[in-house]
Amino acid sequence: MSYPDDRKYADSHEWVLAEGETALIGISAYAAGELGELVYIELPEVGEEIEVGAEFGVVESVKAASDLVAPVSGEIVEVNDAAVDEPKTVNDDPYDAGWLVRVRLSDPGELDDLHNAGSYEEMIGED
Amino acid sequence: MRKTSLNAIHQELDAQLIEFAGYEMPVKYSSINEEHLTVRESVGMFDLSHMGEFHLAGPGAVTFVDGLVTNDVAALEPGQILYTPMCYPDGGIVDDLLVYRLGDDELMLVVNASNIEKDWAWVEEHLPAEGVTAENRSYQTTLVAVQGPGAEKVLSAVTELDLSGLAFYAWTRGTVAGIDDVLVSRTGYTGEDGFEIYLPDEGGPALWRALWPHNVEAGGRAIGLGARDTLRLEMKYALYGNDIDKTTNPLEAGLKWTVKLDKGDFIGRESLLEVKRNKVSRKLICFEMLDRGIARHGAPCHDDDGAEIGAVTSGTMSPSLGKPIGLAYLKRGHTKSGREFHVEIRGKLRRAVVVKPPFYKEGSRK
Repeated sequence: MSYPDDRKYADSHEWVLAEGETALIGISAYAAGELGELVYIELPEVGEEIEVGAEFGVVESVKAASDLVAPVSGEIVEVNDAAVDEPKTVNDDPYDAGWLVRVRLSDPGELDDLHNAGSYEEMIGED
Repeated sequence: MRKTSLNAIHQELDAQLIEFAGYEMPVKYSSINEEHLTVRESVGMFDLSHMGEFHLAGPGAVTFVDGLVTNDVAALEPGQILYTPMCYPDGGIVDDLLVYRLGDDELMLVVNASNIEKDWAWVEEHLPAEGVTAENRSYQTTLVAVQGPGAEKVLSAVTELDLSGLAFYAWTRGTVAGIDDVLVSRTGYTGEDGFEIYLPDEGGPALWRALWPHNVEAGGRAIGLGARDTLRLEMKYALYGNDIDKTTNPLEAGLKWTVKLDKGDFIGRESLLEVKRNKVSRKLICFEMLDRGIARHGAPCHDDDGAEIGAVTSGTMSPSLGKPIGLAYLKRGHTKSGREFHVEIRGKLRRAVVVKPPFYKEGSRK
């Protein structure tokens, strides 16, 4: 499994790719693999605020539901409807086509509290 | 943790193994959805060796078992099988099981893996002083299921047994994959045609390996417990521990057809007569979600006024239908098909509708 080093990772397995004032959020290949084939995704609507550390949606496989935990705070500015319509996209391409939401960062400093690819990989290695 | 005789084969097939009922069992080999659809469309092989098998024999065996379970064992002919709940005196369910009539004075009970020890204690506690011997062969028996429209073709490649003449819920015995005295029944938990094959553990791996190339040739796969659960749920087959347990009775669970109140006395009969007289207070119903969301076990159900009317017992995204489905106990008055209600999922009320069972109607079950 790969963990691109252009982005940050949370303990709860979401990734954040900062692009100026906004950032994309998705889940790591590890998380997608552990959950198995996703069959349902629920995301906030554009305009809603998410808060770091708080649940903001859910991804579900046939067997299990797993909360999405916000790795950063901000306002939702875009939602990946294609992934909601076809959840398996997240398994097939977790870092690109399988992104989940785009947020306007309310505190870019929160990014510093997240893992880089190397320390994230180390963390899941210890799981 | 116990391992079945097929554990090494699961490892070879790169299964994801989990602990289930004290056994290390495959939950999936590839994807639950793919495995599920494979059984619906062609065929799949399951290791169900975690299930329990009790053998009862003697002149009192049939009468004894008839007094333990709600369905009519005395009416069963040798060669036939029936499905039945086994109840506590208060009508709550000890377990649901299959009863095989192996001979005039010989029966086999096939019980849920999670209930083996509890059921065995229940049998021993009620065993008469003479006339019946009971043996727990759960930990020496391999059970392989071949399920799907292609099941007969796969199994007939390794046996001379007359499978086309074998009726649904009947068993036969003979040589399979070169192994003598193998028990084969036309039974299953999927809604598809299929067979369940019982033999001593020693022969388990040889049986699996003999069947495997024919399974693959027929487009089949190995199927884990994950797909077993979605396949049974699409048929509204109850799962002990989810949909039925000691707090539920067979009448409210929709198993009235297995409760023979006129057959003579059995444990739980008085209570079930009482339930019947007063009508059930709730019923296990099938529902589909109208709003988005998958309702899982335990999710509360509400009517339009916000009053709680029941709870979900099983729920998933149906691989065959592509929409979220589930089972729930709802209070009397709310259970008619077409009736809408609300399920609480992650704090939000979402609309659902009662539908007629089964969810999946195109099964090849004979």
